[in-house]
Amino acid sequence: MTTDNKDSGATEMTGAEMVIAALADQGVEHIFGYPGGAVLPIYDAIFQQDKVKHVLVRHEQGAAHAAEGYARSTGKVAALLVTSGPGATNAVTGLADALMDSIPIVCITGQVPTHLIGNDAFQECDTVGITRPCTKHNYLVKDIADLPRVLHEAFYVAGSGRPGPVVVDIPKDIQFAKGVYFKPNEFPHKGYQPRLKGDPDKIKLAVEMMKQARKPVFYTGGGIINSGPKASKLLRELVKLTGFPITSTLMGLGAFPAADQQWLGMLGMHGTYEANWAMHDCDLMICIGARFDDRITGRIDAFSPNSKKIHIDIDPSSINKNVRIDVGIVGDCANVLGDMLAAYKATPGAPDKQALQGWWKQVDTWRARKSLAYKASADIIKPQYAIQRLYELTKDRDTYITTEVGQHQMWAAQFYHFQEPHRWMTSGGLGTMGYGVPAAVGVQMAHPTSLVIDIAGEASVQMTLQEISTAVQYRLPVKIFILNNKYMGMVRQWQELLHGGRYSESYSEALPDFVKLAEAYHAHGIRCEKPADLDKAIMEMIDTPKPVIFDCLVDPTENCFPMIPSGRAHNEMILGDAAEKLEDAVTEAGKMMV
Amino acid sequence: MSTAPSTSHYPAAPTAQRASAHTLCVLVDNEPGVLARVIGLFSGRGYNIDSLTVSETEHQKHLSRITIVTRGTPMVVEQIKNQLDRLVPIHRVIDMTLAGNAIERELAMVKVAGKGQARVEALQLAEAFRARIIDTTTESFVFEVTGSSDKIESFINLMLPLGLVEVSRTGVVAIGRGPEGM
Ligand SMILES: Cc1ncc(C[n+]2csc(CCOP(=O)(O)OP(=O)(O)O)c2C)c(N)n1
Ligand SMILES: [Mg+2]
Repeated sequence: MTTDNKDSGATEMTGAEMVIAALADQGVEHIFGYPGGAVLPIYDAIFQQDKVKHVLVRHEQGAAHAAEGYARSTGKVAALLVTSGPGATNAVTGLADALMDSIPIVCITGQVPTHLIGNDAFQECDTVGITRPCTKHNYLVKDIADLPRVLHEAFYVAGSGRPGPVVVDIPKDIQFAKGVYFKPNEFPHKGYQPRLKGDPDKIKLAVEMMKQARKPVFYTGGGIINSGPKASKLLRELVKLTGFPITSTLMGLGAFPAADQQWLGMLGMHGTYEANWAMHDCDLMICIGARFDDRITGRIDAFSPNSKKIHIDIDPSSINKNVRIDVGIVGDCANVLGDMLAAYKATPGAPDKQALQGWWKQVDTWRARKSLAYKASADIIKPQYAIQRLYELTKDRDTYITTEVGQHQMWAAQFYHFQEPHRWMTSGGLGTMGYGVPAAVGVQMAHPTSLVIDIAGEASVQMTLQEISTAVQYRLPVKIFILNNKYMGMVRQWQELLHGGRYSESYSEALPDFVKLAEAYHAHGIRCEKPADLDKAIMEMIDTPKPVIFDCLVDPTENCFPMIPSGRAHNEMILGDAAEKLEDAVTEAGKMMV
Repeated sequence: MSTAPSTSHYPAAPTAQRASAHTLCVLVDNEPGVLARVIGLFSGRGYNIDSLTVSETEHQKHLSRITIVTRGTPMVVEQIKNQLDRLVPIHRVIDMTLAGNAIERELAMVKVAGKGQARVEALQLAEAFRARIIDTTTESFVFEVTGSSDKIESFINLMLPLGLVEVSRTGVVAIGRGPEGM
């Protein structure tokens, strides 16, 4: 029982009840979790309320990815709850994933009672020690008096500044202990205050550089998505106003509409010819919410050698980390974009029209290479064709896409065109196979009536496929669209191109019958082998009001191009039709890449 | 187009800049695990720690001050500072070397054993270095010496042939000159 103290708004309750109260007060409607000895008091509290709905996953990694999908598709902080020891260690992959991709999640872990910590008790592990390097911050709560503050702080830290995962480790005796609960707004954080407004002088300087640019390009990333829909809106305005071309990282897809003429497609290792050449040849790069990751820059000493670089990021440590920046602006994308837009309008002058026209002409010649072109086939489904058809048949619906990791992920990024932010959930930084199914479960939980599709590979999907059971249990009609090439395709591609065609352990041997597997889980299974049958099969998938596993058998030897091979610069990209020559193009040292 | 063969798809180690030592003062909440966070950051990201000292300096506010001497190129040192700044319990990070007005001191306890002429010489040198004697037996001294790391280094070097047994050093602490705090 809880007792209200009307005067202070403070309420006495147990630690377990505080967890639920804090979740509810933080706006959490669903929590993904898995029970165990060290969290039983919290599960008991869950049982006795209906404010926070618990979603039972099948593996704690799934809980973390589901929370990521939920957070990424809603812009809210999402939560998961796991037990001590193996529960916590199982969640670690998801935490590391969320840290790399800046996804705000709060993970509550049970812990053995405080007096047993350090004793090698049953299901004890050093959760804060293990998760310290793969969280934005973590807490071990050893005093019930600290619990309400820590819970609220966890949500604040996860969601503010550069978002990320936060762990709150709660020993079982603290869950039983009674204390006084306070509401969130009474806890301003004492130390952690990220900078949100950009320096006006630097914004002015950046705008002046933009007005003088002759060959400018916008290079945007996941930071725009994290900043919220307003940032995407302002970005669109600024890009329109300037008339500059724009490209984006894998994580930033959807911030700018792919249907727009100024859109160059994704950049980086599997980016388009025009995007990477524009990055290489530009004289001004305006980077917003991206971090010059090595999959973007390629060979760092040859990266965009003749450009001045402006970098807007909420995390000061992202600026000047890999690449020298001329103007670094620390702040939230939406704030800085708003100020930049105002400054751009207020500053007299405009970029040299003729120069900009010349630059666009250059961009158009790059575009004319049609770097994503592939050889069509009437007999066998080309994976690119499968994504194209999936896109055409779902683009006018309310669709969310998740992916696994591999070739299919890159083809999805290349051929599924996103017009809006928050619609694309993929594991970019960590590259976690097994992300897609649980992420789709999380997305569907947040958007019950939308069409949620995991574009999967037959290898990745087997890492977390058991979450289809979660989908069935909660009537989440997620679609798992497997591009089944019977290979760990991305591994096979590298082995073909870099390791003399020695296909070491990359064949997907002994695959299950995915249709029967779907049926075994009480889901619906579809198999498609011929291009002519594809549209009808995809429509069947869309129209099935329950979870579907779609086994799409595609060309097993297709490679994903363009590709910037190892040890090469942006302008040394290999295109599909040049594939035969790639073998000679790769240096011995290039095989060092991972 | 390609000239120099590269070693990896990952960015090459920065070679153009020279590495130098920097002293950082870091103000942190004195809470469990905070030192582990700082040390974990250095080991996880491959930064160097030449010396590290820590103690609570403002008891009412539970604030500790960590002084770290690290080594890196200007770009790496800037990264270290920014990465530290990002940790939630860290309030401020100051690069004392860049600030340029820092006083840096270290304390060492130096044990020297010997008899006869060596013992006399050790005593004379200790006096020249203003080292205090904090323990004496008929055949040994423990000296306490304070000063810059260089001064301590040379004191230790001088004691080496005179029967140096062992040394315990605090590592560097630093503070800015003038009226302002950090
Ligand atoms: C957890 C994990 N283990 C290993 C890898 C390395 N890896 C990257 S892609 C890939 C193959 C993926 O195969 P599949 O899911 O069939 O996708 P495809 O490339 O064939 O489209 C592997 C093994 C990874 N990214 N994640
Ligand atoms: Mg495959």
